[in-house]
Amino acid sequence: MKINKTTIILHIIAWSVAVLWILPFLGVFMASIRPFSEILRGWWNFESFNPSLTSFIEAWNDPTWPLSRGILNSFIVTIPSTIIPLFVGALAGYGFARFSFRIRTYLFTTIVLLMALPQQSVIVPLFQIMVNFRLIDNYLSLVLIHSAWGLPWIILFMRNFFSTLPIEIEEAARVDGASDFKIFYKIVLPMSLPALASVVVLQFMWVWNDFFLAKIFIYEDSMLLATQRVEFVGREVFRVNWGVLSAASLIVMIVPIIIFVLLQKYYVRGMIGWTVKG
Amino acid sequence: MGRKKIAVRKNIPLFFSPAIILILFFVVYPIFQTFYISFLSSSGEFVGLSNYSEILSRKSILDVEGFPKWPPLGAVIHNAIWILIHLPLSMFSGLALAIILRDVKGSSIVKSIIFLGMVTPLIVGGIILQYTFTERFGIVTAFFDMLGVEELSRTWTALPQSALFALIFGSVWLWTGFSMIIYSAGLATIPREYYEAAKIDGAGPFKMFRRITFPLLRPLNIVVITMTVLYDLKIFDIVFVATFGGPGNASTVLAFEMWLQAFRFSNFNGAAVIATLLTLLTSIVTIPLIKYTVRR
Repeated sequence: MKINKTTIILHIIAWSVAVLWILPFLGVFMASIRPFSEILRGWWNFESFNPSLTSFIEAWNDPTWPLSRGILNSFIVTIPSTIIPLFVGALAGYGFARFSFRIRTYLFTTIVLLMALPQQSVIVPLFQIMVNFRLIDNYLSLVLIHSAWGLPWIILFMRNFFSTLPIEIEEAARVDGASDFKIFYKIVLPMSLPALASVVVLQFMWVWNDFFLAKIFIYEDSMLLATQRVEFVGREVFRVNWGVLSAASLIVMIVPIIIFVLLQKYYVRGMIGWTVKG
Repeated sequence: MGRKKIAVRKNIPLFFSPAIILILFFVVYPIFQTFYISFLSSSGEFVGLSNYSEILSRKSILDVEGFPKWPPLGAVIHNAIWILIHLPLSMFSGLALAIILRDVKGSSIVKSIIFLGMVTPLIVGGIILQYTFTERFGIVTAFFDMLGVEELSRTWTALPQSALFALIFGSVWLWTGFSMIIYSAGLATIPREYYEAAKIDGAGPFKMFRRITFPLLRPLNIVVITMTVLYDLKIFDIVFVATFGGPGNASTVLAFEMWLQAFRFSNFNGAAVIATLLTLLTSIVTIPLIKYTVRR
Protein backbone atom coordinates (compact mmCIF):
# COMPACT_ATOMS: atom_id res chain seq x y z
CA MET A 1 0.00 0.00 0.00
CA LYS A 2 1.33 3.38 -1.01
CA ILE A 3 1.78 5.62 2.01
CA ASN A 4 0.62 9.11 1.20
CA LYS A 5 -0.22 12.19 3.23
CA THR A 6 -3.95 11.43 3.44
CA THR A 7 -3.30 7.98 4.87
CA ILE A 8 -1.06 9.40 7.59
CA ILE A 9 -3.59 12.11 8.51
CA LEU A 10 -6.41 9.55 8.67
CA HIS A 11 -4.37 7.37 11.01
CA ILE A 12 -3.56 10.32 13.27
CA ILE A 13 -7.23 11.37 13.43
CA ALA A 14 -8.47 7.84 14.09
CA TRP A 15 -6.02 7.10 16.87
CA SER A 16 -6.49 10.53 18.49
CA VAL A 17 -10.22 9.91 18.62
CA ALA A 18 -9.58 6.51 20.17
CA VAL A 19 -7.38 8.07 22.86
CA LEU A 20 -9.95 10.82 23.49
CA TRP A 21 -12.71 8.22 23.77
CA ILE A 22 -10.89 6.03 26.25
CA LEU A 23 -9.82 8.88 28.57
CA PRO A 24 -12.99 8.83 30.76
CA PHE A 25 -12.60 5.06 31.26
CA LEU A 26 -8.93 5.52 32.00
CA GLY A 27 -9.79 8.20 34.58
CA VAL A 28 -12.14 5.92 36.46
CA PHE A 29 -9.65 3.07 36.23
CA MET A 30 -6.90 5.27 37.71
CA ALA A 31 -9.25 6.44 40.45
CA SER A 32 -9.97 2.82 41.31
CA ILE A 33 -6.35 1.67 41.66
CA ARG A 34 -4.81 4.76 43.28
CA PRO A 35 -5.21 6.12 46.82
CA PHE A 36 -7.60 9.05 47.22
CA SER A 37 -4.75 11.47 48.08
CA GLU A 38 -3.16 10.83 44.69
CA ILE A 39 -6.21 11.49 42.55
CA LEU A 40 -7.03 14.70 44.41
CA ARG A 41 -4.81 16.57 41.99
CA GLY A 42 -6.08 14.65 38.98
CA TRP A 43 -5.56 11.05 37.93
CA TRP A 44 -3.16 12.19 35.18
CA ASN A 45 -0.74 13.46 37.83
CA PHE A 46 1.98 10.85 38.33
CA GLU A 47 4.31 12.56 40.82
CA SER A 48 3.65 9.64 43.13
CA PHE A 49 2.06 6.43 41.93
CA ASN A 50 1.10 3.67 44.34
CA PRO A 51 -1.41 1.38 42.67
CA SER A 52 -3.29 -1.16 44.79
CA LEU A 53 -6.45 -3.23 44.70
CA THR A 54 -7.73 -1.89 48.04
CA SER A 55 -10.72 -0.11 46.50
CA PHE A 56 -11.75 -3.22 44.60
CA ILE A 57 -11.61 -5.31 47.76
CA GLU A 58 -13.60 -2.68 49.65
CA ALA A 59 -16.27 -2.53 46.95
CA TRP A 60 -16.41 -6.32 46.61
CA ASN A 61 -16.82 -6.75 50.39
CA ASP A 62 -18.82 -3.60 51.20
CA PRO A 63 -20.51 -4.19 54.60
CA THR A 64 -24.03 -3.23 53.42
CA TRP A 65 -23.94 -3.55 49.62
CA PRO A 66 -21.20 -6.06 48.71
CA LEU A 67 -20.66 -6.19 44.95
CA SER A 68 -19.95 -9.92 45.28
CA ARG A 69 -23.61 -10.47 46.12
CA GLY A 70 -24.72 -8.00 43.46
CA ILE A 71 -22.88 -9.86 40.71
CA LEU A 72 -24.38 -13.17 41.86
CA ASN A 73 -27.89 -11.65 41.99
CA SER A 74 -27.47 -10.18 38.51
CA PHE A 75 -26.56 -13.61 37.14
CA ILE A 76 -29.58 -15.17 38.88
CA VAL A 77 -31.86 -12.67 37.10
CA THR A 78 -30.06 -12.42 33.78
CA ILE A 79 -29.70 -16.11 32.89
CA PRO A 80 -33.42 -17.04 32.92
CA SER A 81 -34.29 -13.61 31.46
CA THR A 82 -32.12 -14.56 28.48
CA ILE A 83 -33.08 -18.20 28.00
CA ILE A 84 -36.86 -17.84 28.27
CA PRO A 85 -37.30 -15.16 25.57
CA LEU A 86 -34.70 -16.92 23.41
CA PHE A 87 -36.92 -19.99 22.99
CA VAL A 88 -40.27 -18.25 23.12
CA GLY A 89 -39.08 -15.66 20.61
CA ALA A 90 -37.50 -18.23 18.29
CA LEU A 91 -40.77 -20.18 18.21
CA ALA A 92 -42.81 -17.13 17.25
CA GLY A 93 -40.15 -15.89 14.82
CA TYR A 94 -40.31 -19.27 13.06
CA GLY A 95 -44.08 -19.00 12.93
CA PHE A 96 -43.86 -15.61 11.26
CA ALA A 97 -41.25 -16.84 8.79
CA ARG A 98 -43.00 -20.04 7.76
CA PHE A 99 -46.74 -20.02 8.44
CA SER A 100 -49.25 -17.95 6.52
CA PHE A 101 -52.42 -16.80 8.20
CA ARG A 102 -54.74 -13.90 7.74
CA ILE A 103 -53.57 -11.42 10.38
CA ARG A 104 -49.87 -12.21 10.05
CA THR A 105 -48.76 -8.79 8.77
CA TYR A 106 -50.84 -6.87 11.32
CA LEU A 107 -49.62 -9.00 14.17
CA PHE A 108 -46.01 -8.67 13.06
CA THR A 109 -46.27 -4.89 12.62
CA THR A 110 -47.77 -4.50 16.08
CA ILE A 111 -45.00 -6.53 17.65
CA VAL A 112 -42.33 -4.48 15.86
CA LEU A 113 -43.97 -1.26 17.05
CA LEU A 114 -43.79 -2.50 20.64
CA MET A 115 -40.02 -2.70 20.26
CA ALA A 116 -39.83 1.09 20.33
CA LEU A 117 -41.83 1.75 23.47
CA PRO A 118 -40.14 2.86 26.67
CA GLN A 119 -40.58 0.76 29.80
CA GLN A 120 -41.96 3.88 31.46
CA SER A 121 -45.11 3.26 29.38
CA VAL A 122 -46.02 0.21 31.42
CA ILE A 123 -44.34 0.55 34.75
CA VAL A 124 -47.18 1.94 36.88
CA PRO A 125 -49.68 -0.88 36.18
CA LEU A 126 -46.93 -3.51 36.35
CA PHE A 127 -45.85 -2.18 39.73
CA GLN A 128 -49.44 -2.40 40.98
CA ILE A 129 -49.81 -5.93 39.60
CA MET A 130 -46.58 -7.05 41.26
CA VAL A 131 -47.67 -5.50 44.57
CA ASN A 132 -50.95 -7.41 44.35
CA PHE A 133 -49.20 -10.68 43.55
CA ARG A 134 -46.61 -10.02 46.29
CA LEU A 135 -43.81 -10.15 43.72
CA ILE A 136 -41.94 -7.04 44.91
CA ASP A 137 -38.49 -8.17 46.07
CA ASN A 138 -38.96 -11.31 44.02
CA TYR A 139 -36.81 -11.93 40.96
CA LEU A 140 -39.72 -13.62 39.19
CA SER A 141 -41.18 -10.16 38.45
CA LEU A 142 -37.98 -9.04 36.76
CA VAL A 143 -37.56 -12.30 34.83
CA LEU A 144 -41.12 -12.16 33.47
CA ILE A 145 -40.93 -8.51 32.46
CA HIS A 146 -37.48 -8.79 30.90
CA SER A 147 -38.63 -11.86 28.97
CA ALA A 148 -41.71 -10.12 27.62
CA TRP A 149 -39.81 -6.94 26.71
CA GLY A 150 -37.04 -8.85 24.95
CA LEU A 151 -39.52 -10.72 22.74
CA PRO A 152 -40.34 -8.08 20.08
CA TRP A 153 -36.79 -7.65 18.82
CA ILE A 154 -35.99 -11.36 19.21
CA ILE A 155 -39.06 -12.26 17.14
CA LEU A 156 -38.09 -9.72 14.49
CA PHE A 157 -34.48 -10.85 14.42
CA MET A 158 -35.21 -14.59 14.34
CA ARG A 159 -37.97 -14.19 11.74
CA ASN A 160 -35.50 -12.39 9.46
CA PHE A 161 -32.94 -15.11 10.04
CA PHE A 162 -35.35 -18.04 9.48
CA SER A 163 -36.51 -16.43 6.24
CA THR A 164 -32.99 -16.85 4.86
CA LEU A 165 -32.88 -20.63 5.53
CA PRO A 166 -33.60 -22.91 2.56
CA ILE A 167 -37.12 -24.27 2.95
CA GLU A 168 -36.35 -27.51 1.04
CA ILE A 169 -34.83 -29.34 4.03
CA GLU A 170 -37.91 -28.63 6.12
CA GLU A 171 -40.17 -29.76 3.27
CA ALA A 172 -38.23 -33.01 2.94
CA ALA A 173 -38.61 -33.68 6.66
CA ARG A 174 -42.32 -32.93 6.34
CA VAL A 175 -42.67 -35.51 3.58
CA ASP A 176 -41.01 -37.99 5.94
CA GLY A 177 -43.81 -37.31 8.42
CA ALA A 178 -42.13 -35.00 10.96
CA SER A 179 -44.38 -32.58 12.84
CA ASP A 180 -43.93 -28.80 12.69
CA PHE A 181 -42.53 -28.71 16.18
CA LYS A 182 -40.14 -31.57 15.54
CA ILE A 183 -38.88 -29.89 12.37
CA PHE A 184 -38.33 -26.70 14.33
CA TYR A 185 -36.66 -28.42 17.23
CA LYS A 186 -34.54 -31.03 15.42
CA ILE A 187 -33.68 -29.32 12.14
CA VAL A 188 -34.19 -25.57 12.28
CA LEU A 189 -32.77 -24.74 15.72
CA PRO A 190 -29.45 -26.57 15.17
CA MET A 191 -29.02 -24.65 11.91
CA SER A 192 -29.65 -21.40 13.75
CA LEU A 193 -26.90 -21.45 16.35
CA PRO A 194 -25.15 -18.26 15.11
CA ALA A 195 -28.42 -16.30 15.24
CA LEU A 196 -29.29 -17.73 18.65
CA ALA A 197 -25.82 -16.68 19.85
CA SER A 198 -26.52 -13.10 18.76
CA VAL A 199 -29.81 -13.15 20.66
CA VAL A 200 -28.12 -14.49 23.79
CA VAL A 201 -25.37 -11.87 23.72
CA LEU A 202 -27.66 -8.87 23.17
CA GLN A 203 -30.43 -9.95 25.52
CA PHE A 204 -27.93 -10.86 28.24
CA MET A 205 -26.36 -7.43 28.02
CA TRP A 206 -29.64 -5.55 28.05
CA VAL A 207 -30.85 -7.40 31.10
CA TRP A 208 -27.51 -7.16 32.88
CA ASN A 209 -27.25 -3.42 32.18
CA ASP A 210 -30.83 -2.68 33.23
CA PHE A 211 -31.23 -0.35 36.15
CA PHE A 212 -34.76 1.03 35.79
CA LEU A 213 -36.74 -2.19 36.27
CA ALA A 214 -34.51 -3.39 39.08
CA LYS A 215 -34.93 -0.04 40.82
CA ILE A 216 -38.70 -0.45 40.78
CA PHE A 217 -39.08 -4.09 41.79
CA ILE A 218 -36.16 -4.82 44.13
CA TYR A 219 -35.71 -2.93 47.43
CA GLU A 220 -34.27 -5.40 49.93
CA ASP A 221 -30.55 -4.61 50.42
CA SER A 222 -29.35 -8.19 50.08
CA MET A 223 -31.33 -8.65 46.85
CA LEU A 224 -30.16 -5.54 44.98
CA LEU A 225 -28.65 -6.25 41.58
CA ALA A 226 -25.15 -5.17 40.60
CA THR A 227 -26.31 -2.05 38.73
CA GLN A 228 -28.36 -0.93 41.74
CA ARG A 229 -25.39 -1.12 44.10
CA VAL A 230 -23.34 1.57 42.38
CA GLU A 231 -26.02 3.98 43.56
CA PHE A 232 -24.90 3.38 47.16
CA VAL A 233 -21.36 2.00 47.32
CA GLY A 234 -18.72 4.65 48.05
CA ARG A 235 -21.23 7.41 48.75
CA GLU A 236 -20.27 8.89 52.07
CA VAL A 237 -22.18 11.56 53.95
CA PHE A 238 -20.17 14.60 52.89
CA ARG A 239 -18.20 13.35 49.91
CA VAL A 240 -18.00 10.70 47.24
CA ASN A 241 -15.31 8.07 47.77
CA TRP A 242 -14.32 8.00 44.11
CA GLY A 243 -11.91 5.10 44.65
CA VAL A 244 -14.56 2.65 45.87
CA LEU A 245 -17.27 3.99 43.56
CA SER A 246 -14.94 3.67 40.55
CA ALA A 247 -13.95 0.14 41.53
CA ALA A 248 -17.62 -0.81 41.94
CA SER A 249 -18.44 0.66 38.53
CA LEU A 250 -15.65 -1.29 36.86
CA ILE A 251 -16.74 -4.53 38.55
CA VAL A 252 -20.29 -4.05 37.24
CA MET A 253 -19.18 -3.31 33.68
CA ILE A 254 -16.55 -6.02 33.43
CA VAL A 255 -19.12 -8.77 32.74
CA PRO A 256 -20.67 -7.18 29.63
CA ILE A 257 -17.20 -6.15 28.44
CA ILE A 258 -15.85 -9.70 28.68
CA ILE A 259 -18.87 -10.96 26.75
CA PHE A 260 -18.40 -8.27 24.13
CA VAL A 261 -14.71 -9.04 23.70
CA LEU A 262 -15.30 -12.80 23.41
CA LEU A 263 -18.46 -12.71 21.31
CA GLN A 264 -18.05 -9.43 19.43
CA LYS A 265 -18.94 -11.02 16.09
CA TYR A 266 -22.35 -12.14 17.36
CA TYR A 267 -23.00 -8.91 19.20
CA VAL A 268 -22.37 -6.76 16.13
CA ARG A 269 -24.33 -9.11 13.90
CA GLY A 270 -27.28 -8.93 16.28
CA MET A 271 -27.05 -5.16 16.50
CA ILE A 272 -26.99 -4.81 12.73
CA GLY A 273 -29.40 -7.64 12.04
CA TRP A 274 -32.39 -6.04 13.67
CA THR A 275 -31.83 -2.69 12.03
CA VAL A 276 -29.89 -3.02 8.78
CA LYS A 277 -31.09 -5.66 6.36
CA GLY A 278 -29.63 -9.04 7.25
CA MET B 1 -45.10 -14.53 -2.07
CA GLY B 2 -46.16 -17.10 -4.63
CA ARG B 3 -44.41 -20.10 -3.15
CA LYS B 4 -46.46 -22.19 -0.78
CA LYS B 5 -45.29 -22.08 2.81
CA ILE B 6 -45.35 -24.96 5.21
CA ALA B 7 -48.75 -24.33 6.69
CA VAL B 8 -50.52 -26.58 9.11
CA ARG B 9 -52.94 -24.28 10.87
CA LYS B 10 -53.53 -26.41 13.93
CA ASN B 11 -49.92 -25.80 15.00
CA ILE B 12 -50.07 -22.03 14.87
CA PRO B 13 -51.12 -21.65 18.54
CA LEU B 14 -48.19 -23.79 19.68
CA PHE B 15 -45.71 -21.45 18.05
CA PHE B 16 -47.33 -18.15 18.92
CA SER B 17 -49.15 -18.51 22.22
CA PRO B 18 -46.20 -18.31 24.65
CA ALA B 19 -44.96 -15.10 23.04
CA ILE B 20 -48.44 -13.61 22.67
CA ILE B 21 -49.34 -14.34 26.29
CA LEU B 22 -46.16 -12.74 27.65
CA ILE B 23 -46.48 -9.69 25.39
CA LEU B 24 -50.19 -9.22 26.05
CA PHE B 25 -49.81 -9.46 29.79
CA PHE B 26 -46.60 -7.47 30.35
CA VAL B 27 -46.58 -5.05 27.44
CA VAL B 28 -49.95 -4.47 25.75
CA TYR B 29 -52.31 -4.61 28.71
CA PRO B 30 -50.24 -2.26 30.92
CA ILE B 31 -49.94 0.27 28.07
CA PHE B 32 -53.72 0.55 27.86
CA GLN B 33 -54.03 0.48 31.63
CA THR B 34 -51.55 3.37 31.85
CA PHE B 35 -53.60 5.31 29.30
CA TYR B 36 -56.77 4.57 31.29
CA ILE B 37 -55.48 5.61 34.71
CA SER B 38 -54.08 8.84 33.29
CA PHE B 39 -57.73 9.99 33.20
CA LEU B 40 -58.50 8.93 36.78
CA SER B 41 -58.03 10.72 40.08
CA SER B 42 -56.05 9.03 42.83
CA SER B 43 -59.34 7.74 44.29
CA GLY B 44 -60.31 6.24 40.93
CA GLU B 45 -62.90 8.73 39.65
CA PHE B 46 -62.90 9.79 36.02
CA VAL B 47 -61.52 13.32 35.86
CA GLY B 48 -61.04 13.83 32.12
CA LEU B 49 -57.98 15.82 31.16
CA SER B 50 -57.37 17.45 34.52
CA ASN B 51 -54.31 15.27 35.27
CA TYR B 52 -52.92 16.38 31.92
CA SER B 53 -53.37 20.08 32.63
CA GLU B 54 -52.00 19.61 36.15
CA ILE B 55 -48.86 17.82 34.93
CA LEU B 56 -48.23 20.11 31.97
CA SER B 57 -48.51 23.20 34.18
CA ARG B 58 -45.75 21.94 36.46
CA LYS B 59 -42.50 23.90 36.21
CA SER B 60 -40.50 20.67 36.22
CA ILE B 61 -42.32 19.48 33.08
CA LEU B 62 -42.68 22.70 31.11
CA ASP B 63 -41.15 26.03 32.17
CA VAL B 64 -41.60 28.46 29.32
CA GLU B 65 -41.37 31.77 31.19
CA GLY B 66 -38.91 33.96 29.31
CA PHE B 67 -38.14 30.96 27.14
CA PRO B 68 -34.71 31.44 25.61
CA LYS B 69 -32.58 31.20 28.72
CA TRP B 70 -30.57 28.58 30.55
CA PRO B 71 -32.12 25.48 32.07
CA PRO B 72 -34.25 24.67 34.00
CA LEU B 73 -36.77 24.85 31.18
CA GLY B 74 -38.77 21.73 32.08
CA ALA B 75 -38.39 18.10 31.07
CA VAL B 76 -40.17 18.43 27.71
CA ILE B 77 -37.78 21.12 26.53
CA HIS B 78 -34.77 19.35 28.01
CA ASN B 79 -35.62 16.24 25.99
CA ALA B 80 -35.96 18.42 22.89
CA ILE B 81 -32.58 20.09 23.54
CA TRP B 82 -31.15 16.63 24.07
CA ILE B 83 -32.34 15.50 20.65
CA LEU B 84 -31.20 18.73 18.96
CA ILE B 85 -27.62 18.37 20.24
CA HIS B 86 -27.20 14.62 20.62
CA LEU B 87 -28.71 13.48 17.30
CA PRO B 88 -26.53 15.51 14.90
CA LEU B 89 -23.36 15.12 16.99
CA SER B 90 -23.54 11.35 17.44
CA MET B 91 -24.84 10.74 13.91
CA PHE B 92 -22.15 12.73 12.11
CA SER B 93 -19.28 11.63 14.31
CA GLY B 94 -20.39 8.02 13.81
CA LEU B 95 -20.56 8.49 10.04
CA ALA B 96 -17.20 10.30 9.93
CA LEU B 97 -15.56 7.60 12.04
CA ALA B 98 -17.02 4.82 9.91
CA ILE B 99 -15.61 6.44 6.76
CA ILE B 100 -12.21 7.25 8.27
CA LEU B 101 -11.80 3.82 9.87
CA ARG B 102 -12.42 2.03 6.60
CA ASP B 103 -8.88 2.97 5.53
CA VAL B 104 -7.09 2.77 8.88
CA LYS B 105 -4.86 -0.02 10.16
CA GLY B 106 -6.00 -1.44 13.49
CA SER B 107 -9.46 -0.02 12.93
CA SER B 108 -11.08 -2.90 14.79
CA ILE B 109 -9.30 -1.82 17.99
CA VAL B 110 -10.39 1.81 17.51
CA LYS B 111 -13.94 0.63 16.82
CA SER B 112 -13.97 -1.52 19.95
CA ILE B 113 -12.82 1.44 22.06
CA ILE B 114 -15.54 3.69 20.68
CA PHE B 115 -18.09 0.92 21.04
CA LEU B 116 -17.20 0.43 24.72
CA GLY B 117 -19.80 3.08 25.61
CA MET B 118 -22.56 0.97 24.04
CA VAL B 119 -21.63 -2.07 26.12
CA THR B 120 -21.21 -0.22 29.41
CA PRO B 121 -24.29 -0.22 31.66
CA LEU B 122 -25.80 3.27 31.39
CA ILE B 123 -25.78 3.62 35.14
CA VAL B 124 -21.99 3.14 35.10
CA GLY B 125 -21.70 5.45 32.08
CA GLY B 126 -23.43 8.10 34.18
CA ILE B 127 -20.92 7.70 37.01
CA ILE B 128 -17.98 7.89 34.61
CA LEU B 129 -19.28 11.04 32.96
CA GLN B 130 -19.97 12.62 36.34
CA TYR B 131 -16.36 11.91 37.33
CA THR B 132 -15.07 13.32 34.04
CA PHE B 133 -16.96 16.59 34.63
CA THR B 134 -16.04 16.97 38.33
CA GLU B 135 -13.81 19.85 39.38
CA ARG B 136 -10.16 18.87 40.00
CA PHE B 137 -10.91 15.15 39.45
CA GLY B 138 -12.17 15.11 35.89
CA ILE B 139 -10.25 15.58 32.68
CA VAL B 140 -12.80 17.93 31.06
CA THR B 141 -12.87 20.42 33.93
CA ALA B 142 -9.08 20.23 34.22
CA PHE B 143 -8.79 20.97 30.51
CA PHE B 144 -10.85 24.15 30.83
CA ASP B 145 -8.96 25.07 33.98
CA MET B 146 -5.75 24.86 31.95
CA LEU B 147 -7.28 27.10 29.28
CA GLY B 148 -8.29 29.56 31.99
CA VAL B 149 -12.05 29.24 31.35
CA GLU B 150 -13.13 29.46 34.95
CA GLU B 151 -16.90 28.82 34.49
CA LEU B 152 -16.22 25.49 32.76
CA SER B 153 -13.64 24.32 35.28
CA ARG B 154 -16.31 23.89 37.97
CA THR B 155 -18.23 20.64 38.50
CA TRP B 156 -20.60 20.67 35.52
CA THR B 157 -23.20 18.37 37.06
CA ALA B 158 -23.55 20.63 40.13
CA LEU B 159 -24.41 23.83 38.26
CA PRO B 160 -27.78 24.52 36.60
CA GLN B 161 -26.30 26.15 33.48
CA SER B 162 -24.05 23.18 32.68
CA ALA B 163 -25.63 20.04 34.21
CA LEU B 164 -27.84 19.21 31.23
CA PHE B 165 -24.99 19.74 28.78
CA ALA B 166 -22.62 17.49 30.72
CA LEU B 167 -25.22 14.73 30.43
CA ILE B 168 -25.84 15.39 26.74
CA PHE B 169 -22.14 15.40 25.81
CA GLY B 170 -21.69 12.30 27.95
CA SER B 171 -24.48 10.57 26.03
CA VAL B 172 -22.76 11.47 22.74
CA TRP B 173 -19.63 9.79 24.06
CA LEU B 174 -21.62 6.70 25.05
CA TRP B 175 -23.82 6.41 21.95
CA THR B 176 -21.57 7.32 18.98
CA GLY B 177 -20.58 3.65 18.70
CA PHE B 178 -24.10 2.85 17.52
CA SER B 179 -24.13 5.00 14.39
CA MET B 180 -20.50 4.08 13.72
CA ILE B 181 -21.32 0.36 13.69
CA ILE B 182 -24.42 0.80 11.53
CA TYR B 183 -22.65 2.98 8.97
CA SER B 184 -19.61 0.68 8.98
CA ALA B 185 -21.87 -2.25 8.14
CA GLY B 186 -23.40 -0.20 5.34
CA LEU B 187 -20.02 0.80 3.97
CA ALA B 188 -18.90 -2.83 3.89
CA THR B 189 -21.69 -3.56 1.38
CA ILE B 190 -20.45 -0.95 -1.14
CA PRO B 191 -18.17 -2.63 -3.69
CA ARG B 192 -14.65 -1.20 -3.92
CA GLU B 193 -14.98 -1.22 -7.72
CA TYR B 194 -17.35 1.75 -7.53
CA TYR B 195 -14.59 3.88 -6.06
CA GLU B 196 -11.94 2.57 -8.45
CA ALA B 197 -14.18 3.35 -11.40
CA ALA B 198 -14.87 6.82 -10.02
CA LYS B 199 -11.16 7.41 -9.53
CA ILE B 200 -10.46 6.50 -13.16
CA ASP B 201 -13.11 9.04 -14.14
CA GLY B 202 -11.18 11.62 -12.12
CA ALA B 203 -13.51 12.01 -9.14
CA GLY B 204 -12.02 13.45 -5.91
CA PRO B 205 -12.81 12.14 -2.40
CA PHE B 206 -15.54 14.73 -1.83
CA LYS B 207 -17.29 13.93 -5.08
CA MET B 208 -17.03 10.19 -4.35
CA PHE B 209 -18.68 10.75 -0.97
CA ARG B 210 -21.47 12.81 -2.49
CA ARG B 211 -22.12 10.53 -5.47
CA ILE B 212 -21.40 7.04 -4.10
CA THR B 213 -21.08 6.78 -0.32
CA PHE B 214 -23.86 9.09 0.81
CA PRO B 215 -26.63 7.90 -1.55
CA LEU B 216 -25.88 4.26 -0.72
CA LEU B 217 -25.88 4.88 3.02
CA ARG B 218 -29.07 6.94 2.91
CA PRO B 219 -31.44 4.10 3.81
CA LEU B 220 -29.49 3.68 7.06
CA ASN B 221 -30.13 7.26 8.15
CA ILE B 222 -33.70 6.32 9.03
CA VAL B 223 -32.41 3.59 11.35
CA VAL B 224 -29.84 5.82 13.02
CA ILE B 225 -32.18 8.80 13.41
CA THR B 226 -35.06 6.73 14.81
CA MET B 227 -32.97 4.73 17.26
CA THR B 228 -31.15 7.86 18.45
CA VAL B 229 -34.33 9.85 19.03
CA LEU B 230 -35.82 6.89 20.89
CA TYR B 231 -32.68 6.72 23.05
CA ASP B 232 -33.02 10.44 23.80
CA LEU B 233 -36.69 10.12 24.74
CA LYS B 234 -36.05 7.15 27.03
CA ILE B 235 -32.95 8.54 28.74
CA PHE B 236 -33.12 7.82 32.46
CA ASP B 237 -30.16 6.06 34.07
CA ILE B 238 -27.47 8.67 33.47
CA VAL B 239 -29.76 11.47 34.67
CA PHE B 240 -30.67 9.49 37.76
CA VAL B 241 -27.12 8.71 38.80
CA ALA B 242 -25.18 11.79 37.66
CA THR B 243 -27.50 14.69 38.58
CA PHE B 244 -30.81 13.28 39.89
CA GLY B 245 -32.45 15.78 37.54
CA GLY B 246 -30.88 18.71 39.34
CA PRO B 247 -29.71 21.05 40.46
CA GLY B 248 -33.20 22.49 40.81
CA ASN B 249 -34.69 20.54 37.86
CA ALA B 250 -31.97 21.88 35.55
CA SER B 251 -31.30 18.49 33.98
CA THR B 252 -34.58 16.65 34.45
CA VAL B 253 -36.14 14.66 31.58
CA LEU B 254 -39.53 13.03 30.96
CA ALA B 255 -38.57 9.49 31.92
CA PHE B 256 -37.04 10.75 35.15
CA GLU B 257 -40.07 12.93 35.96
CA MET B 258 -42.29 9.92 35.41
CA TRP B 259 -40.27 7.93 37.95
CA LEU B 260 -40.31 10.84 40.42
CA GLN B 261 -44.09 11.26 40.20
CA ALA B 262 -44.77 7.56 40.64
CA PHE B 263 -42.11 6.36 43.05
CA ARG B 264 -41.21 9.48 45.01
CA PHE B 265 -44.54 11.30 45.25
CA SER B 266 -46.85 8.26 44.82
CA ASN B 267 -48.73 10.26 42.18
CA PHE B 268 -49.45 7.29 39.95
CA ASN B 269 -52.05 9.09 37.86
CA GLY B 270 -49.71 11.98 37.12
CA ALA B 271 -46.97 9.48 36.28
CA ALA B 272 -49.40 7.76 33.90
CA VAL B 273 -49.88 11.09 32.10
CA ILE B 274 -46.13 11.42 31.49
CA ALA B 275 -45.93 7.74 30.50
CA THR B 276 -48.76 8.22 28.00
CA LEU B 277 -47.02 11.25 26.50
CA LEU B 278 -43.83 9.17 26.14
CA THR B 279 -45.78 6.33 24.52
CA LEU B 280 -47.29 8.73 21.98
CA LEU B 281 -43.98 10.45 21.21
CA THR B 282 -42.06 7.20 20.74
CA SER B 283 -44.84 5.72 18.57
CA ILE B 284 -44.82 8.75 16.27
CA VAL B 285 -41.05 8.63 15.99
CA THR B 286 -41.10 4.92 15.11
CA ILE B 287 -43.58 4.98 12.22
CA PRO B 288 -40.94 5.56 9.49
CA LEU B 289 -38.79 2.74 10.87
CA ILE B 290 -41.75 0.35 10.91
CA LYS B 291 -42.48 1.10 7.26
CA TYR B 292 -38.82 0.41 6.48
CA THR B 293 -38.68 -2.81 8.53
CA VAL B 294 -41.94 -4.39 7.46
CA ARG B 295 -41.68 -3.46 3.79
CA ARG B 296 -38.49 -5.43 3.14
